[in-house]
Amino acid sequence: MLELQNVNVIAEGKPILTDISFKIPDGETHILMGPNGSGKTTLLHAIMGTGNIEIKSGQIIFEGEDITALPTHERARRGIGVAAQRPPVIQELTLATLVDLVKKAGNGAKNVDELVQTMNCGYLMDRRFNVNFSGGEVKRAEFLQLLVQDPKLALIDEPESGVDLDNIAVIGRALHRLLKQEKVLDRHKSGLIITHTGYILEYLNADRGYVLIDGHIACSGNPRDLFEEVEIHGYEGCEQCIRCQ
Amino acid sequence: MNNRKAELKKQALAARDKQALYGPDMELGGYGMGNGEDKRLKNLSDIPSRLKEASLLAGFQAGEEQRSGSYLQQGENVLYDRVKDIYRNQIEVMQIEEALKKYEWLWDYWWKTVAVDTDKYTAWTELHHRGGYFMRIKRGQKVKMPIQACLLMSENAASQRVHNIVIAEEGSRAEIITGCSTSPKVDEGVHLGVSEFYIHKNAELSFTMVHNWGAAFHVRPRTGIVVDEGGSFISNYILLRPLESLQTNPRAVLRGRGARVRFNSIIHGREHSLIDIGSVIDLQAEESRGESVSRAAVSDEAIVTMRGLLRADTDKTRGHLSCSGLLLSRDAVVDALPQLSVSGAPGADLAHEAAIGPVDEESVQYLMSRGLEREEAESAIIQGFMKVGIEGLPEVLDQLVKNLGRQITESGRG
Ligand SMILES: Nc1ncnc2c1ncn2[C@@H]1O[C@H](COP(=O)(O)OP(=O)(O)OP(=O)(O)O)[C@@H](O)[C@H]1O
Ligand SMILES: [Mg+2]
Repeated sequence: MLELQNVNVIAEGKPILTDISFKIPDGETHILMGPNGSGKTTLLHAIMGTGNIEIKSGQIIFEGEDITALPTHERARRGIGVAAQRPPVIQELTLATLVDLVKKAGNGAKNVDELVQTMNCGYLMDRRFNVNFSGGEVKRAEFLQLLVQDPKLALIDEPESGVDLDNIAVIGRALHRLLKQEKVLDRHKSGLIITHTGYILEYLNADRGYVLIDGHIACSGNPRDLFEEVEIHGYEGCEQCIRCQ
Repeated sequence: MNNRKAELKKQALAARDKQALYGPDMELGGYGMGNGEDKRLKNLSDIPSRLKEASLLAGFQAGEEQRSGSYLQQGENVLYDRVKDIYRNQIEVMQIEEALKKYEWLWDYWWKTVAVDTDKYTAWTELHHRGGYFMRIKRGQKVKMPIQACLLMSENAASQRVHNIVIAEEGSRAEIITGCSTSPKVDEGVHLGVSEFYIHKNAELSFTMVHNWGAAFHVRPRTGIVVDEGGSFISNYILLRPLESLQTNPRAVLRGRGARVRFNSIIHGREHSLIDIGSVIDLQAEESRGESVSRAAVSDEAIVTMRGLLRADTDKTRGHLSCSGLLLSRDAVVDALPQLSVSGAPGADLAHEAAIGPVDEESVQYLMSRGLEREEAESAIIQGFMKVGIEGLPEVLDQLVKNLGRQITESGRG
């Protein structure tokens, strides 16, 4: 589905990501963790073609096609979608207008009303997008749009941050649905999920995890094992971990 | 009465060369005054096709399907003024000259909200006026269908000088949709329009005006509004096409307890347009409330000034002013000048906000990440920008604003 080959990213002349390489096969969900400022969000920007960054070298391959220089909307149309960590406030658009635009830009999802209900967004639809939305509302509006988009590859940035337990359940179910994880044998949807807490692992089967430190992948493996390690030794411990040496 | 008429003429003559407080000065002498011959249409559907097209752009229905009454003027010639039969007991719509002949009392409404010697434009209108409409919504009548008016220009380098009076009698409710427009080949001209609105006790009036002038037009509307106790006036103004210059600064006086006024302006400054638009709201009675919202998208080398003045001299008054400019080109010039003034009213509550900026790049990228092309994303944001804070636009306007977002991005942002 997605492959990164030696990707190097700079922002304002400063290197942010160095030599990032990994592969997400069809139907797999991978987890990305790492300390604040390590470059996780920047990595999603690089894949989506957004943000004020520059890809210095390396390739991003999506379904066999080099998309490194493709405009953002073309990437979206090929099937990549994002739930942002901190989406912008767009006071010019109501959530309803936005969802309508997303629907028209995509395949015209037929079940929008049902998705609005599922994400408990009904009362938000006439509000201006993200203006005074609570933390949980911001996340639910992200997942609503992502469900309408129904991408092949979902890039999800900290779905649980600022969200209470009830809403984590709502978002967990959305993730599950997005990644079509109810199908065990015939999984085609893929995901790359950034998380600090691992709560979200309760709601999905993650196949692999990476620890990003200071812009490079310091460790990879079974995501549950990685979380346990980090919980015990912290990210500092990760740098010295014997497994990775 | 004759004394007053003579006095008005005298004041107008004295102010004939008086420059306006705002906006570029201009010479009025060079424009044609027309032949002054009225050729009435029997039916509105007899309107020549080139005029029909122009009027349509300004939201005018030649078929009158959804309208209670209509007024149509081309240059100096009043082509049509009529009220549908079933609305005759509710409203009156007629050429102002006829109304002044019919109703002696109308002189008490003549030049009462706008001073005749305000500037050369009011003076010229008094000295040379031809046409303009008189609309009266009768006491207690709630009029279901809007009244429409259209002022057209179809001769090049001519001037139009109209004086309109609208009276909403006690307890009435109505909507007026007016448009000003030019035939396709008419580029140059002057429009002077004095409009006086009287909103009596508990009356509600919504007034929507769409402007579509030629690229070398000078436009100087002069508008005054008084609102009595419990009355409400909403003005929606929309300007979409390029022109040479527009300057207007309508003033509303809220003189009765609980009176309300709201000005909404939606502007697209294009090409070399010089636009200076404002509003003045005088809060003179307790519980009165005024709001003004201006939205200007500015392309090419257009220059747009948005003014606003809220003035309170009475307690328990409230006002809010909001001006926003969206920059769509390097050379666009935008000034936002909101002003608040309170004297001797420690309980008055006035506020303003102003913002000028480009289309937010992060928002555009966000929409692109959802599959929208850049142009689609920008268009959606521009369209949304025009309506922020403006609720309940009449349908005609809503449609125009929708097209506008598209039009701006399609024509390139300059
Ligand atoms: N456009 C930019 N210009 C300058 N610096 C940037 C830019 N984008 C990101 N950075 C910097 O790159 C580093 C990585 O940022 P990023 O947002 O990717 O971190 P993160 O791993 O997502 O952190 P967090 O867990 O706090 O969300 C930070 O130091 C950030 O300030
Ligand atoms: Mg981040």
